[in-house]
Amino acid sequence: MSSDYEYSDEEDFYDDDEDMASAGDDDSAPSDDDMDMDSFADDFKVPQHPPRKSYEIEHEPLSQQAVERLMTTDVDHISGIFGVNESTAALLLRYMNWNKERLIEKYMDNASSVSVAAGVSTPSRASPSVSGPAPIRSSGTRRRTIRQTPVPKAEPSVCPICFDDSQTSFLALSCDHSFCISCWAAYITSKIREEGEHAVRCMAEGCALVAPDPFVVSTLANSGEDEDGRTRERFQELLVRHFVSANPHLKYCPYPSCTYTVSCPSASSRSSLTTMVPTVSCGASHKFCFGCHIDSDHRPVVCPIAKMWLKKCRDDSETANWIKSNTKECSKCQSTIEKNGGCNHMTCKKCKHEFCWVCMGPWSEHGTAWYSCNRYDEKGGVDARDAQSKSRASLERYLHYYNRWANHEQSAKLSVELYNKTEKKMEEMQITSSLTWIEVQFMKRAVEEAERCRATLKWTYAMAFYLDRGNEKELFEDNQRDLEKAVEDLSELLESPIDPETISTLRQKVTDKTVYVAKRNEILLKDTSDGFAEERWKWNIAVEGFD
Amino acid sequence: MTSISSRRLRKELNEIQAEGCPTGITLLSADNFESWFFSIEILGESLYQGEVFKLMFRFDSNYPISAPAVQFVVDEDSTAPVHPHVYSNGHICASILGNEWSPVLSVSAVCVTLQSMLASCKSKERPVDNDRYVRYAPDNPKKTRFHYDGKRSMR
Ligand SMILES: [Zn+2]
Ligand SMILES: [Zn+2]
Ligand SMILES: [Zn+2]
Ligand SMILES: [Zn+2]
Ligand SMILES: [Zn+2]
Ligand SMILES: [Zn+2]
Repeated sequence: MSSDYEYSDEEDFYDDDEDMASAGDDDSAPSDDDMDMDSFADDFKVPQHPPRKSYEIEHEPLSQQAVERLMTTDVDHISGIFGVNESTAALLLRYMNWNKERLIEKYMDNASSVSVAAGVSTPSRASPSVSGPAPIRSSGTRRRTIRQTPVPKAEPSVCPICFDDSQTSFLALSCDHSFCISCWAAYITSKIREEGEHAVRCMAEGCALVAPDPFVVSTLANSGEDEDGRTRERFQELLVRHFVSANPHLKYCPYPSCTYTVSCPSASSRSSLTTMVPTVSCGASHKFCFGCHIDSDHRPVVCPIAKMWLKKCRDDSETANWIKSNTKECSKCQSTIEKNGGCNHMTCKKCKHEFCWVCMGPWSEHGTAWYSCNRYDEKGGVDARDAQSKSRASLERYLHYYNRWANHEQSAKLSVELYNKTEKKMEEMQITSSLTWIEVQFMKRAVEEAERCRATLKWTYAMAFYLDRGNEKELFEDNQRDLEKAVEDLSELLESPIDPETISTLRQKVTDKTVYVAKRNEILLKDTSDGFAEERWKWNIAVEGFD
Repeated sequence: MTSISSRRLRKELNEIQAEGCPTGITLLSADNFESWFFSIEILGESLYQGEVFKLMFRFDSNYPISAPAVQFVVDEDSTAPVHPHVYSNGHICASILGNEWSPVLSVSAVCVTLQSMLASCKSKERPVDNDRYVRYAPDNPKKTRFHYDGKRSMR
C-alpha cells in the first residue's frame, strides 16, 4: 500500500473547511473540546508553512540543480587547490567518492598516481613501473590498434571499430586513441543508457582514460545521436546520483523518474534511527523514509523495528495467508459473509448478528469502555508449560498482531474502492441536486484521513508485537485503541447510505469525525515519537541499535 | 541489425576466410550475423591436452560497441572446460566480455584470449559458486553481472 501521508495536506484540509464555512452553513461548528476549527482556519490563513511537529524531522528537498550547485562548489574548491581545470577536478573527486580531504591528502602525496587511477592521465612513459604486472592481453600479431606506444597524430584513414570509410570526423582523448565520432557517440550512449555508467572510458583496449564531461557532452551534441537530449539528461542524473550516494546527508527520492534529493543531516547516523522515524518528502511531495528502504511511511515505528517485523511477516507468510481472505463465516449461523468496505463492524445478512471482523467477537463489546480488540491477552503464553503449547501460544500471539496489521492494509484498500463507488454517486448528486463541487468533497477528505490513520494503526501492531509488557505498553495501547475506535466510527459513517435529503447532516457528522480522527492520530504519533526520544519504549527482544 | 554491426562482422569474416583463424581455432559455422561457432583447442603443454571445445558467439545490433555474448557449448558432444572461471553450463567469467570489453577487440581476439586463459590454468576446478550460479543463470551470459576478482580473473 502506498500511503501518501502528507502533513502539509492539512493546510489544504483547513483551507477547504474555510471554503465550506464561507459557503454559509458551517459557522456554528461545534468546537471539539480544545480543537477549535475556526481558530485553526484562522491560523492557516497566514501564508506560512505550519511549524514542524515534534515527530517530524527537519529536512530539505533539493532540486537536481541545487545538488549540481553543491557539486560545483566542491569541484571549484579542488580545482583551485590543485590548479587543474574543472573537468579534471570533477573526475578526481568522483574517483575519490567526493571525499575532498582524502583526495587532497592522496594527491599531495602522489599526484600522478592518483591522476592515473582516476583516468585523468595516462601512466608516464618514463617510468616503466606502471601499476602491478601487465595483464595478459590478447592477439599479439593480429591486433589492429597500437597500444602503449603513442599513436601518430595523423588521423587514421578508417575507424578501427566500424571500418566505415565515409567517416571523416575523428576524436581522441589525451591518449590519442582516435575513433570516429559515430562510434564514440554510440559507445557513450550505450554506457550511459544501458549500463548507467557515468565514467566512460576510452574505447581502446586496456586504456583507462575517462572521458571528461565536456567531451561526453560535445560528442553527444555534435554527433546528432542524442536529438531528444535524453542521454545528456541521464548523464547529468547519473552524476548527481553518484554525488548523492557518496554523501550520507543526502538521499535520492526513490520514486520512479523523480529527480529530487532530500538533505537530512540529523538522520545520517545509524544511532539516530533508534530515536526517530526520518519520514521525509521530496520537492514533488513523495514521502519516503530516509533511514531505510521500506517503501511506505512506517510511522510511528522506528526503522529497526519495522524491518524486523516485515522480515517476520515474510518468514511466516504461509501461516498467516488465510487471514487475508475477504470472506468469513458468521459465528452464529455459519453463513458466508463478505467484507466489502473498510469498516470492521459486520452485520450478518441472514441472522443479523453483529460482530467484529477482526476478533469475531460480538460488536456490542466494542463500543464500550472495555473495548480491547487491539490488546493481546498475554496470560495464555505464560501458562504454557510444554514446548508444543508454548509454540502454539507464540503463534497465536503473532497471529493476533499480524491479523490486525493485515486487516488495516486490506481495509484501507477496500475503503478506497468503496470511495470510488461513492464518488460516482456524489457526482451524480451534484447534477441532480443543488450541491456544489466543494460541498461533495468532504467524503474524499474523510476517506484520505481514514487511510492515513489506518497506515499509522497498521504499524502500531508491529510496534506492540515487540513492546515489552508493562505500563508503557498499556499507555501505548490506550492510544491505539482510541484511534482504532475513532477510525472505525468514521469508516462506518462513510458506508452509510447517501441521499440528498440527509446529506447535510451526514456531512456535518463526517466532517466532525474526520477532525477528531486526525487529532487522535496526531496524539498517537506525537506520544510514540516522544517515547523514542525519551527512550521510554522497552522491547521484548534484542533490537538493533537499542541496548 | 544496424549497418555498423553487419559491416564489422562481414569484415571480420572476410579476414578469417582470407587469413584463417589463429592456431588452434577453427571456424565451424558463420551462416548469419547473429551466431557463429568455433572449435578451440590448446596447443602445447596444458591441462587440456587432447581436449577440443566448442565456442558460441552471439551478436546483437550493438556489436562491437557492446561485447558479444560468448560461451562454451554444452550438448551431447561437447562440454565446457573445467576451469575456475568457466561454469558447467558453458558461461565464462572473463572481464573482457564484460566491463573491460573494448570495441576494438574482435572475435579472433576473444578466441585467443580464451585460449590463453585455458593455457595458463593451474588446476582444473569449477568456480566455487558453480551449482548455485548454474541453477539460476539466465540463458544469455551477458545478462549476468559477473564479479571479476582482480588479478585472478582473465582478461
Ligand atoms: Zn567508427
Ligand atoms: Zn585511450
Ligand atoms: Zn520524489
Ligand atoms: Zn525507515
Ligand atoms: Zn449469521
Ligand atoms: Zn474486535
